[in-house]
Amino acid sequence: MEPVIRVENLTYAYPTSRDFVLRNVSFEVHRGEVLAVIGPNGAGKSTLLKALNGLVPHFYGGKYGGRVVVAGYEVLKTPISVLSTKVGFVFQDPEDQMSGLALTVWEEVAFGLMMLGFPREEIPKRVEEALSYVGLKGLEARSPFELSGGQMQRLAIATVLALKPEILVLDEPTAQLDPLGKFEVLSVVKRLADEGATIVIAEHEIEEIAYFADKILLLDRGQVVAYGPAREVLASVEELKSRGVDPPSVTELAYLLSRDLGVKVPAPITLEEGVESFSKLLGGAGGA
Amino acid sequence: MEREVIRVEDLWFRYPGSDSWALRGVNLRVSQGEVIAFIGQNGGGKTTLAKNLNGLLKPTRGRVLVEGLDTRTTPTHELVKRVGYVFQNPTHQIFESSVWREVAYGPRNLGLPPDEVERRVRWALSEVGLSGYEDHNPYDLDYGKMKLLTIASVLAMKPNVLVLDEPTTGQDHAGRRTLASLVRKLHGEGFTIIIITHDMKFVSENAGRTVLIANGQVVLDGPTRSVLQAVEVLKENAIKPPQIVQLSLELQRRGFKLDALTLQEAVEQVKKILRG
Repeated sequence: MEPVIRVENLTYAYPTSRDFVLRNVSFEVHRGEVLAVIGPNGAGKSTLLKALNGLVPHFYGGKYGGRVVVAGYEVLKTPISVLSTKVGFVFQDPEDQMSGLALTVWEEVAFGLMMLGFPREEIPKRVEEALSYVGLKGLEARSPFELSGGQMQRLAIATVLALKPEILVLDEPTAQLDPLGKFEVLSVVKRLADEGATIVIAEHEIEEIAYFADKILLLDRGQVVAYGPAREVLASVEELKSRGVDPPSVTELAYLLSRDLGVKVPAPITLEEGVESFSKLLGGAGGA
Repeated sequence: MEREVIRVEDLWFRYPGSDSWALRGVNLRVSQGEVIAFIGQNGGGKTTLAKNLNGLLKPTRGRVLVEGLDTRTTPTHELVKRVGYVFQNPTHQIFESSVWREVAYGPRNLGLPPDEVERRVRWALSEVGLSGYEDHNPYDLDYGKMKLLTIASVLAMKPNVLVLDEPTTGQDHAGRRTLASLVRKLHGEGFTIIIITHDMKFVSENAGRTVLIANGQVVLDGPTRSVLQAVEVLKENAIKPPQIVQLSLELQRRGFKLDALTLQEAVEQVKKILRG
C-alpha cells in the first residue's frame, strides 16, 4: 500500500541558519500508523514536522532538497492552503494555535471551519464532536484564555480535529504542560492512535510514547540515527543514551541486567511489560 | 543537628486583591545542606511558598525566618543575599548584553568592589560550566545554557540557599543531566537547594527530601523515598511516581524484596535477589 507520507532525502536550511538543519532525512508513514520523532533539543524535530504541512519551505524559505509527498501531494509544489486541509498541525505552545479572535471555546473551534467555508449547518455538529472527543464538553462558553494548559492544548487539538485532516502532526504538545495537562493531552493522543488516526508526533515523554507509537525516528543534528519499529528503537539503549535520550527506565534496567549478568530479559518497553518480565526473571531465581 | 537556615511558621498567604488563601498554615524547617524538592500540581502553592522564602512575597499571617531574620522586617537585599531565586523562564531574568555583565549585575548591585565582582563572576561561571562564554550575548545561548546562566547570576550573590523553579522544564535529557550534576556539585559544596519541579525522575535521583504541596498546604514532607512511594496520595494529586518506583512497588506486591528509588538501586537489588 502507498504510504500517506513519504519523505525522501530531505535536506533543508533556514535562510538564516549557517548549516543544514535536516540532512538526507527519509521515512514513510502508512495510514493508521503513529510515528514518534525523538531526539535532543536542536536536533531538527520541529523543522521536520513543519516540512510535512509546507511551512517548510513555503513560509520560511531557505535551501531545500529532496522530496516530501503528503496525502498524494508533493509539498514543494503544493500551497500551504491545500496542505492545511490534509495535515492538521498542533503547536507546542497552545497559545500559538488560538485565533485570538474567538471569545469562547465553541467559537474557537468553529473559527477554522468558517474560514475554510464549511456549510453553516455542518459547523455546530463538527464543533460539538471535536469538543466532546477531547473532553471539553461543558466548557463551550469559556474564554479560551481562561483554560488550564492541558485544557487549552486539548482545545488546540479540537480545532484541528474539527477539520478532519488525514494526518495529524503534533510538535511536542506536552512540553509546556504540568503532569495533569500532560496526562490529559496524551490520553487524547492515545485514543486517536487506537482509533486508527495517522499521527506524527515529536515528544520527549518516552515512557508514554512506548504506549502508542508504531514507529520511532531518532533525529540528531538533522540526521536520522535510528528509525524502525518502536520496540526496536527503544531497545537500542546505547544508541539512545549516546544521543542524549533516556530510554524508558524498565528498558534500561533490562539492558543493564543483561549487560552485567548476561541474563536474558526480553526488553520491556512499558511498565506492565516490565512487571511481567522482571517477575519471571526473579521468580526463576526462587525469590517469591 | 544541622544548622537551621529557614523556618516557616504557620504561614498564611493571600495575593493582594484575592479573597482566597494561596497558602494555608504552612510549617517547614530547612537545614543547611539539604536538597529538597517541592512537588504538586500548578496552582497548589509551590511557587508561592518558595517566593515567601526570600521576601519576594511576605507572609499575610505567620512568619518566615531566614537565618533567623524575619522576612517581614528585613530589607530585601539582605534576604536575596541569603536565598537566591532562579526563575523558571530564563528570558524573564536575563536583560544584559553579555554573559559577563549579566552575572556581574547582582554583585555590583550589592556594592561590592570591582575585584570582588570580577572574582565572583569568574567563580559563578566556572561553577555552572560557562567559563569562556563571558563575551557572548545571552540570547545567542541555547536554552540549556541560558538556564545555567541564570543560575550563575544568582550564585554570584553567594546565597546560602538556592531556589530553582522548574529547572528541567523545556530541557531535553542531556540538559537534565547537566542540571543534575550541577545540583550534586553545589550540594557537595554545602549549598542548600530547593527545587520546584514536576519531574519525578529528577526528584528521585537528586533530592533527599520531598515536600508535596497542594491546596496551599503541605500534604507530605519526608525522605524522597517514602514520599514517592505514597502512591495513593500522589495519585490524588495527579502525580505519577518514577517508573522504577512503580515497578518496585508492583514487584513488592508480588513478594519480591524490591524498594528501589532509582535505576541504580534497582540494578543492585535485582542482582542481590538473583544471587540469592
